[in-house]
Amino acid sequence: MDDLLREFLTESGEHLDTVDAELVRFEQDPNNQTILRNIFRLVHTIKGTCGFLGLPRLEALAHAAETLMGRFRDGLPATSESVTVILSTLDRLKAILADLEATGTEPAGSDDDLISELERMATAEPAATPAPAPEPVLPEPVSRELKPGEVSLDDLEAAFLAAPGPSEADFAAPVAAPVEAPKAEAPKTESPKAAAPKPATPRAEAAEVDSTKAEPAGDAEAVVATETTATGSKIQTIRVNVDTLEHLMTMVSELVLTRNQLLEIARRHEDSSYKVPLQRLSHVTAELQEGVMKTRMQPIGSAWQKLPRVVRDLSAELGKQIDLVMVGAETELDRQVLEVIKDPLTHMVRNSADHGLESTAGRVAAGKPARGTIRLAAYHEGGTITIEIADDGKGLDLAAIRKKAVERGLAAQADVERMTDAQVAKFIFDAGFSTAAAVTSVSGRGVGMDVVKTNIETIGGIIDIATTAGRGTTFTIKIPLTLAIVAALIVRAGEHRFALPQVAVLELVRVDAGAQRVERINGSPVLRLRERLLPIVSLTGLLGQSDGQGAETEQAGFVVVAQVGRERFGILVDEVFHTEEIVVKPMSAKLRHIPMFAGNTILGDGAVVLIVDPNGVARQVAQGIQGSNSHADADAESEAAEMGDAKTTLLVFKGGQGSFKAVPLSLVTRLEEIECDKVEWLGGRPLIQYRGRLMPLVPADSAITIRSEGTQALVVFSDGERAMGLVVDEIVDIVEERLDIEIAADRSDLIGSAVLRGRATDIINIAHFLPLAYDDWARGPKKAEQVSTLLLVDDSAFFRDMLSPVLKAAGYQVVTAASAEAALTILQSDVRIEVVVTDLEMPGRSGFDLVAAMRSAEPRLAGLPVIGLTGTVGADAVERARALAISDLVAKFDRSGLIAALAEISATNVSQAA
Amino acid sequence: MQAANANGAETGPTDEYVTVYVADTLFGLAIERVHDVFVPSGVTPVPLAPSEIVGLLNLRGRVVTAVCLRRRLGLPDAVAQDDKASPKMAIGLEQTGETFALVVDGVGEVLKLGADSREAVPINLDPRWRNLATCVHRLDGRLLVILDVDALLGFSAAGAKAA
Repeated sequence: MDDLLREFLTESGEHLDTVDAELVRFEQDPNNQTILRNIFRLVHTIKGTCGFLGLPRLEALAHAAETLMGRFRDGLPATSESVTVILSTLDRLKAILADLEATGTEPAGSDDDLISELERMATAEPAATPAPAPEPVLPEPVSRELKPGEVSLDDLEAAFLAAPGPSEADFAAPVAAPVEAPKAEAPKTESPKAAAPKPATPRAEAAEVDSTKAEPAGDAEAVVATETTATGSKIQTIRVNVDTLEHLMTMVSELVLTRNQLLEIARRHEDSSYKVPLQRLSHVTAELQEGVMKTRMQPIGSAWQKLPRVVRDLSAELGKQIDLVMVGAETELDRQVLEVIKDPLTHMVRNSADHGLESTAGRVAAGKPARGTIRLAAYHEGGTITIEIADDGKGLDLAAIRKKAVERGLAAQADVERMTDAQVAKFIFDAGFSTAAAVTSVSGRGVGMDVVKTNIETIGGIIDIATTAGRGTTFTIKIPLTLAIVAALIVRAGEHRFALPQVAVLELVRVDAGAQRVERINGSPVLRLRERLLPIVSLTGLLGQSDGQGAETEQAGFVVVAQVGRERFGILVDEVFHTEEIVVKPMSAKLRHIPMFAGNTILGDGAVVLIVDPNGVARQVAQGIQGSNSHADADAESEAAEMGDAKTTLLVFKGGQGSFKAVPLSLVTRLEEIECDKVEWLGGRPLIQYRGRLMPLVPADSAITIRSEGTQALVVFSDGERAMGLVVDEIVDIVEERLDIEIAADRSDLIGSAVLRGRATDIINIAHFLPLAYDDWARGPKKAEQVSTLLLVDDSAFFRDMLSPVLKAAGYQVVTAASAEAALTILQSDVRIEVVVTDLEMPGRSGFDLVAAMRSAEPRLAGLPVIGLTGTVGADAVERARALAISDLVAKFDRSGLIAALAEISATNVSQAA
Repeated sequence: MQAANANGAETGPTDEYVTVYVADTLFGLAIERVHDVFVPSGVTPVPLAPSEIVGLLNLRGRVVTAVCLRRRLGLPDAVAQDDKASPKMAIGLEQTGETFALVVDGVGEVLKLGADSREAVPINLDPRWRNLATCVHRLDGRLLVILDVDALLGFSAAGAKAA
């Protein structure tokens, strides 16, 4: 593809987006000649360029659209129908452009349908002047027209003649300053050169979109706004490849780092002869950095550009009358940030139109104006940018949300009633919390707001809701201006320094052995801070650097109080240095999987430090660390997650004769769709090559056969380096439900069945399938709870997850521990535990060691019955087990054996009690 | 032999290799893949990272991920002779736009080798080594194992944490 064509594609794409937005405005304001002129000019440019480049299909379409618009210009009333046809023409143009971009040639096909429709409209209705005449064919060579935004003098002249005169301006005067209007007249007469070039290129188009911000009420104001843009001062721009800018940015970052190093050196030397030039270098670098940062900035309007069209389409689809008001479209933010918020914004506007606003009849009945308004606003505030999405609809139905939250087990009834409205509203951000079910029932999308929230949080933003019944809902998003440079607190933990982004930091507290002391509840550190309890994590502990010495490091140090979303927690560090503006460099692809780090940076002294991701830490705090339920805010959801009867997220699939089956999602490593010809058969067993290894395939039901052609859905389970592909017919859904399992009939491949989303669903027992794939897959621990409560000890999370449902189904309450040490801690603190089920083969202290430790401990622990899980039951294991009074040894995959053993123990307990 | 040669560049009469040594073995890296040879300093360890990754370091203003060839080959860490365990030399390699530093015990000369001294990777080699080597050259008195740079840097993020 040559440069000319590429340029044309970019430009036409931008033009079409603008035309989209402008047409919607034009439809609402059919008398506004300025808008029409703008649209006309853009379409004309596209048409001209197409002719020049030899793209007949595009040219013909653009020509037909232009003809119809020419008729509008001559006074043909613009009907909604005709605008719709033009909009679909634009869509067709876009589709052709996309093809052109992909293949380099104009795709074959016919547009007669649209063209004849356009022509019919252009000729059907009577008009003052004949259609073809007013089409001013521009005198300049078409190549001149390539420059976006240029317009011929004739056109401009015609437009000014057509444009409403001073009376219009007078009318508009009270609303906005019409100063620009006279100015526009002046250059036209005096210097044609000044009038011709007009704002162009992306920046300018954004400015054109800006103008929409000023049109909340009357036609007049909108006219003035557009007039202002059209006559705005000449902006000179050039197109620069994004890569070039990124490279420039990188180089400037490095320059900044080098300067910092120089300054560091200068500080250590007395010789001041080079201090002055260094100072100068420092200033220049700072300015350069600022300048380059600016090039990365884009007006938020470019993310809003598609919204008028979206709202128009929705408005037609839903039968609601909706006004979209945009304020502050010129507010600039980093390109990277813009990319991330683009889709969430569109989604939220859709939501507002769909769920937020009432139907027209509903509005009228409520005594509101028939037209609903969605207002988008953006403005700077400190180092952040604030975006508001407000509707004047009915507001969130908080009562319904409260009810739903209780139903879904997100919070207890009592808690929900105590919560403020703002807290309740935030439930809509919970995954799977269907706003449709809770608020309206227009559309049934269960996902949405949680994704929006996640997206915004990944860039360090926060989202808030304010809602008033009957008055509307306002979402407020606060996001950092840029991701490239952040203020960070440099701290030391253990032997190394780390950077903590300052946005998450609320305050610093010094702790020592004295008054401000870190206390422990069941081993979990907490801090009393102004009469509230703050959960603490130690950064070294979090990063796995220290295990044993955790206790001493908590004696003295600093607690960085951080807040992420609703979570407030303290990060314990050893030392706090200073804050620094750091340039964020992305983590290597090899390290990106570590959730604790957001990136790395080079400090002034040349050292590389890691940037701690507060979101990653927050997740770790909330779910991590066994038994840390001492959450200050006592958020119901985090508590619920720890209780035995919490909701479980399940993957539902079809397997065998159309029946529904499910498996806990936490067990699933990945979902895959493979080409059937990739399946190989070795020794009668199906295998595929998967990530450089052979992975055995096992059908989820005997009725499933591996397909021989097309694609095959797989659910991949893995533990360590082994993986197994479970062959299923179709992946159906992911549901989050309270798991209420009824034990199945005697089938080892099923744990039981449960009702999920109103369908009877079999919960499959992965333990049954793993040995089918690997005969020796039995390293993991099983958990068993007995009588009422049971402690399951196993080093493998996989097996803990696998056994929990089995044991719960058998009526036990399950507490889990990942190591012998953790098990002992839990045993000492939790008196409910009546049985211990432990894996005997664990790294470090084995299950035997654990039992030995229990037997020599206090009488309560010494007497607890223990069931040992083992991969192989050897003679010496039996011997050791007997010596330690282990009640039973059960093979790892023997589900029924384990349950039988547990039943036996409880039976003995009961008889003893009796 | 054929299979082993498939990866090695056999079009030209000779290939050039930068030689590095780790423990007692001499390894060769295709010279066109080597961007830098430098002394690594100020390595920042990355907690929770795969064990092959010794950390991040600052190479002329760029953050580079340092990969230890010893650990990659499943060899024990060098016994700290001087009290600093800091590695002696590093080779700058690039893969998919990212720069890596391959930490080795030492760097030797650049060798020009023809196909005549090339041998397939012996099949009795440790599978880990076999996956990383493309061929072996017979030199005077010692052997040169040619490493596949892409395989070397191709370890997965989650893999081999236990090592």
